[in-house]
Amino acid sequence: MTTTHVKLEMRNITMEFPGVKALDDVTLTVRAGEIHAICGENGAGKSTLMKVLSGVYPHGTYQGDVVLDGEVVEFKDLKSSEHAGVVIIHQELALIPELSVTENIFLGNEVVSKGLIDWDEARVRTLDLLARVGLEVDPATPIKRLGVGQQQLVEIAKALSKDVKLLILDEPTSALNEEDSENLLELLRGFRAKGLTSIMISHKLNEIAAVADAVTIIRDGKTVERIDVTDGPLDEDRIIRGMVGRSLESRFPTHEPNIGEVFFEVNDWVVEDPALPGRLICKNASFNVRRGEIVGFAGLMGAGRTELVRSIFGRSYGVYRSGSVRMNGEEIHLPTVESAIEHGLAYVPEDRKTLGLNLLDTIRRTVVSARLGKIVRNKLVDDDAEFTAAEGYRKSLRIKTPSVNEGVVKLSGGNQQKVVLAKWMFTEPELLILDEPTRGIDVGAKYEIYALIQQLADSGRGVIVVSSELPELLGLADRIYTVCEGRITGELTKDQADQESLMRLMTTTSH
Amino acid sequence: MKSLKALFGGDVRQFTMLFALIALLLFFQVATGGKVLTPSNMMNLINGNSYVLILAIGMVMVIVVGHIDLSVGSVAAVVGIIVALTIRDWGIPWWLGILIGIAVGLVIGLWQGWWVAYVGVPGFIATLAGMMFFRGLNQYIGKSNSVPVPEQIQWLGGGYLPEWGPNTGLNNSTLLLGIIAIAYVIWREFQLRHRAQRIGDQPNSALVVGMRVTVLVAVIVYVTYLYGTGRPGTSFPVPGVLLVLLIIGYHILTQRMALGRHIYAVGGNKAAAALSGVSTRRTYFFAMANMSVLAALAGIVFIGRSTSSGPFDGTNWELDAIAAVFIGGAAVSGGIGTVTGSIIGGLVMATLNNGLQLMGVGSDATQMIKGLVLLLAVAFDVYSKQQGKPSITGALIAALQRTKTSPEELAIVAANPEIEGQEAGLQTASSAGDTTHPKKDVPNGRNTTE
Repeated sequence: MTTTHVKLEMRNITMEFPGVKALDDVTLTVRAGEIHAICGENGAGKSTLMKVLSGVYPHGTYQGDVVLDGEVVEFKDLKSSEHAGVVIIHQELALIPELSVTENIFLGNEVVSKGLIDWDEARVRTLDLLARVGLEVDPATPIKRLGVGQQQLVEIAKALSKDVKLLILDEPTSALNEEDSENLLELLRGFRAKGLTSIMISHKLNEIAAVADAVTIIRDGKTVERIDVTDGPLDEDRIIRGMVGRSLESRFPTHEPNIGEVFFEVNDWVVEDPALPGRLICKNASFNVRRGEIVGFAGLMGAGRTELVRSIFGRSYGVYRSGSVRMNGEEIHLPTVESAIEHGLAYVPEDRKTLGLNLLDTIRRTVVSARLGKIVRNKLVDDDAEFTAAEGYRKSLRIKTPSVNEGVVKLSGGNQQKVVLAKWMFTEPELLILDEPTRGIDVGAKYEIYALIQQLADSGRGVIVVSSELPELLGLADRIYTVCEGRITGELTKDQADQESLMRLMTTTSH
Repeated sequence: MKSLKALFGGDVRQFTMLFALIALLLFFQVATGGKVLTPSNMMNLINGNSYVLILAIGMVMVIVVGHIDLSVGSVAAVVGIIVALTIRDWGIPWWLGILIGIAVGLVIGLWQGWWVAYVGVPGFIATLAGMMFFRGLNQYIGKSNSVPVPEQIQWLGGGYLPEWGPNTGLNNSTLLLGIIAIAYVIWREFQLRHRAQRIGDQPNSALVVGMRVTVLVAVIVYVTYLYGTGRPGTSFPVPGVLLVLLIIGYHILTQRMALGRHIYAVGGNKAAAALSGVSTRRTYFFAMANMSVLAALAGIVFIGRSTSSGPFDGTNWELDAIAAVFIGGAAVSGGIGTVTGSIIGGLVMATLNNGLQLMGVGSDATQMIKGLVLLLAVAFDVYSKQQGKPSITGALIAALQRTKTSPEELAIVAANPEIEGQEAGLQTASSAGDTTHPKKDVPNGRNTTE
């Protein structure tokens, strides 16, 4: 974009919480009609900055000026910022599953005539909005019937309904598969062509490189750098350097695998959808894991990867139909999560906040929670053993916390994930299943988690990694299975696999 | 001020309530011209409220797992009438009557637990049904009559410990209890010191230990004196002893045993608990069944206290128990709450009742005041949480500690704004875990939608 008109300027924003400066003299300049990316590690202050911009933190709680179209604005709440055309779409979608697309789009902003909601008019407007975001669904469809990608589009349509002039997207693609992500980015490009300004917070550097016109990097509450595309194409390494303040030689630790014999085998695994009897979510899946091996599972969202591993982990998903699991040559039965843990399986779920952690609990209690029996003496939980165990993991995994007595809710995403990993390492598993182990984690912490996964494999365990990020699987896994529509469609060794070959197998549908 | 935290250990919120309770006692003591802290009044306070406090113990566990039990009053009533009638009409010994009563409570608990845990009826509904059903059953069995109970049960509900041994000027049973309590306080201090050495933690300074022991011992001595110097033949009341035993037992169960951990885990995040190998059904089942057993016990204690079982026993007890639990710091959404907190909450309510009554305030005004206290206590709690402050005392402590926060801590606090969405995430999880479909113990959020 060649326009020089500045849409938004945030000047010298400083925001203090009791005892800590979350933002320290941050400056952000966004030109009209550009896609502006904001990068930074978790805890860097990106979300805080966006909350200042959208009025969640009202004028008066921060120092500095927010200048929109050349005028200083003083938003007192979300409503007043929306009135000015600033609309934020949060990472966690704020749609109500039971309500229809139309109802969601106009929620809080209903089309009212003579005191009553005009549903006909609302529907007509919804159809128009959906056309603008390229979503072809009936406006009467309840949100719960839509996929995550479609829901994201509904959120954007909702933003458009508010006459948006500055669209803020917080990690818009973190829950989307590659195809939906690409669609979303394409949509953003389309908006840019029509002159809409967008701000995008993202961890995915390739996406930033693909769409952003400029990048502002924030570290520890301070602006580090603003990079413009006009200065040449965006360099991912430069962004990473800016974010972590050091150069990462490689995003993956170098690793020489030490792979043993096959010890875990799944044969002809068939599982039925718990909600729709008759619909199979795993169709004769067979795979194996060797000792010391990191096995990747690639697949598009909805392919059935998570469902497959969870149905094996104590049938915690779906209805078991047939198939067998063999461990160390013997068939084992895992009807409950408890039995799976006893047999040495561990499952780190994809969503640590809703599935992995009790956010009300402390670190030390969380660490021992998946195998309390280990530290129960005379029916009582041994507090000392609990402390010793938690303290051990705090040191070895370098969990950043003043004490293991702290609540897990106080930790950053990466440290929370380390606590979840500690919780499962404590169960002394032979096979660790990690579902999206680095989702929503910053680059520095990712590296640490990768190193940890490799260590676990080197100690003779088997590791399964389910990931939506192909570069992650390619960098980490020794062998990759591809999953599509509940079937295992391919198996590639590290040397055979690349993004194209994986993507081809991930989209192989058998009819 | 910092030593205040060291003095009392971790849970500041509970100590806020404890201070409130002490302040309340002192206020009424002054306002009534010394009628509150007398042996006979303190005995009344225990005797007249022990059944609600027993219920609060069970209720806090039900509330922590994320349910509620409205049937406790009716269950207590139906058990009361069965105990009274079996003893009177079948001529069985009193202890067998009690055992039958407990067994009936267990059966009722299994019944309600089954509906909640295995059928998936929300506890609110299952026990609302139980509240109606068992009230009716009480009146059907007792033909709406009052039935007297034998002396032994009266002793259990309002009796005193025996007097024995040399004349010490105090009731010797009470004195013995006081000595045991003091011995425990000192023994625990040695344990703590020993433990700190073992795990390489910094032991508390001698000053802190000395102050803590002094305060606790002074309180115990005073309480022992108060209960030991009532009119001859009185002591620390029997239901009070029963209550103390239950508090100790359930405190250990909830804080130190695996089952207790499961209760907090399921209440805090059902899906995460299920994926950690915790059976949510078994946990629900236990909490509900246990509640009815304690309701049975409360019913027996109550008929002992009132010397007979009647058709309106236990009316509104569930509300008193629930109020005690919430004043004691439990969260409506589950996962938070302690046995000791709930007992303190119950004692706050009891002290209010008692003090206002002694001041000559009518029951109309007393109810209004109690209602407002409940509202304000929970509102204060909600407000504190929104502000990120645990409580007034907590805020004071934090303010004093703030000056020496380490850089490491700062980094963690700095990370906080980024993770504020968590509460929303939790809510999604619990709403996705549809309670009417217990088979879907593990809601599988986004991935299944296609």
